[in-house]
Amino acid sequence: MRSLLVLAVTALIAQAAVAADDAKPLKLNTTADHAKFKELQKGFASGPEVTQACLVCHTEAAGQIHRTKHWKWEYLNPESKQTLGKKTILNNFCISIASNYASCTSCHVGYGWKDSSFDFKSEQNVDCLVCHDTTGNYKKPPGLAGNVVTQDTEFPAGSGKVLKGIDLSQIAQKVGKSSRDTCGACHFFGGGGDGVKHGDLDSSMAAPDKALDVHMDASGLDFTCATCHKGSSHDVVGSRYSPTAKDGKASAHLRGSPDNTANPATCVSCHSQAPHKQDARLNQHATKLACQTCHIPAFARGGVATKMSWDWSTAGQRDAKGQQITRKDAKGRITYESRKGDFTLAENVKPEYMWFNGEVKYTLLTDKVEKSDKPTPINRMGGSPSDGKSLIWPMKVFRGKQPYDPVNKTLITPHTAGNDDTGYWKNLDWDKAVAAGMKDSGTPFSGKVDFISTEMSWPITHMVAPKDKALGCTECHAAQGRLAGIEGVYLPARDANAWIERGGWALALLSLLGVMGHGAMRMATRKH
Amino acid sequence: MSERVYIFKAFERFWHWSQAALVLFLMFTGFEVHGTYVALGFEKAVGLHTIAAWTLVGLWVFAIFWHLTTGEWRHYIPTADKLLVMARFYSSGIFRHEPHPFRPSSQNKHNPLQRLTYLAILVFVSPLIWVSGWLYLFYGQWAAWGLGTLSLDGVAAAHTAGAFLMLAFFITHLYMVTTGHTLFAQTKAMLTGWEELH
Repeated sequence: MRSLLVLAVTALIAQAAVAADDAKPLKLNTTADHAKFKELQKGFASGPEVTQACLVCHTEAAGQIHRTKHWKWEYLNPESKQTLGKKTILNNFCISIASNYASCTSCHVGYGWKDSSFDFKSEQNVDCLVCHDTTGNYKKPPGLAGNVVTQDTEFPAGSGKVLKGIDLSQIAQKVGKSSRDTCGACHFFGGGGDGVKHGDLDSSMAAPDKALDVHMDASGLDFTCATCHKGSSHDVVGSRYSPTAKDGKASAHLRGSPDNTANPATCVSCHSQAPHKQDARLNQHATKLACQTCHIPAFARGGVATKMSWDWSTAGQRDAKGQQITRKDAKGRITYESRKGDFTLAENVKPEYMWFNGEVKYTLLTDKVEKSDKPTPINRMGGSPSDGKSLIWPMKVFRGKQPYDPVNKTLITPHTAGNDDTGYWKNLDWDKAVAAGMKDSGTPFSGKVDFISTEMSWPITHMVAPKDKALGCTECHAAQGRLAGIEGVYLPARDANAWIERGGWALALLSLLGVMGHGAMRMATRKH
Repeated sequence: MSERVYIFKAFERFWHWSQAALVLFLMFTGFEVHGTYVALGFEKAVGLHTIAAWTLVGLWVFAIFWHLTTGEWRHYIPTADKLLVMARFYSSGIFRHEPHPFRPSSQNKHNPLQRLTYLAILVFVSPLIWVSGWLYLFYGQWAAWGLGTLSLDGVAAAHTAGAFLMLAFFITHLYMVTTGHTLFAQTKAMLTGWEELH
């Protein structure tokens, strides 16, 4: 009886507590409600003003950002000693950022990088909101060097197009952790459009279903990018400049721990080296195959096509009125633009496969290139079946033709974006565009422009399918399977020893002929 | 009245036919795994091939025990006695309807050519298939067993070679069965245990 009373009283108190909660809503997903901070309860006219407010409390944040690739766009590969990063490398999409800063740096975690005079020591020019926005309203329009507009602005001037101003105060008061949306705002749109570059990253990954990505499944595990790319001090780990092709750790390793130097973004970091509990044979496969090879059966699976090739050599056509042309395919996807040339696009693309050990060597502006019937690799993927460091990886191989200097034998950094009289996208004049671009990157230019076939490989690692959608055996265990041409590994049903094959069938055939001959003679000599 | 002799005991007959079925099935699934044709599907073929192989191992354990304890292993001791006579019979006598030179008995079931053939299977073909097959199955353990230098190419080649030898044996065996005292005398013997000798 007494205990019943106690129970009743306890229940009453608990109810009172709930009532108190109702009166004063408590945020349970954070310890700091940024809407309550005085520093953020005011209007902001520009991005740097917001950053100054952030830095009042987050005193070390800008300094931490300053150390990262996201800020510097520079990366020194410790193995190859190559200086890489977006600031330096070329690709075969929009080619390079030299002379195109104002357009490209709309994806920089900073404000105002419009040319090479940008101050990389500036703390207030760090852009906090681009990663920490939770409203989805934060926009960095191309052409403004990473700046945002807080009032409706006509851009380009005189174009009649108006960029809508955004309310930075409201955005700043709702900051939170990075999300698929914030990372995706740039990484889904690499190469100049949705899904263009990677093939395994596009806007369909903002809220994927389980079939598209088993980890990011918005109504399931709901991983954000940072769940796997978990670093500390604002340094996001797991970069393609020096990927971990084969995680040699014996077992799963603790993710995000500061003293753990291993890449936390590998599959092994959570799943260990022997994740297949039912069939040990599959774990044996993992000694030769990257997990991604079987578990990502195709990329661009979310309904967004990815570019598979880009031919700059056909750019420059105009219609009868001298206007730029756009051509689309039956699905409404752009396949030709005067300012860019011809594209091919594809969905549900089967990757190409190659041995890959994580070493990537780029062809830089300082490297000589030679035109031949074989495409020039923009990046060379290291790897072999016998180096002990390689696994067979799925790749998106992006092929194209891009401008190069046939006299100096270098690739070219053309000036493309920009509302000026040398930008190719406006003027369709290679000579001017290349001269301006090469001047900006400080590379000698002979004055001659030709086009060279190039290819660039992108390891495929996102869009991991549920296990029942992983590749079946015969995708590879067949004469003309996915791994046709991959050397250094014996695949039953693909491979055979030619001598034993010939000898074996000859023996079987001779046996058959022998007994048939013997039988025929017995028949012929039969007593009637 | 025909003369009958009891040659194949119950276990022996069971051994023969279950082994025949298993070997046939192993060839059927094995050549699919090898990529010769598509029938059951690769994954299923691999799984069933493995199960059939272990079943055959089990059968062999019993068969070896039986041979050792009953002394039946003596039927596989090679002999040169009547070897040439047998060879001559198969190559010419059989076409001239000469009487079969070998009279089987429970003490001497196999003619000298049979003895040699079965011994060769036992000494060469079986070990080739078994050893390569086991290595194939335990591919994942090679490094742990200190066999890291072994190549799957070689092991697979050996296993395939064994399979072809078995296929050749099977073709010949199927025909040689008809060369008894009558076309079906030997088949009947393996079914009932009794061989009729005219």
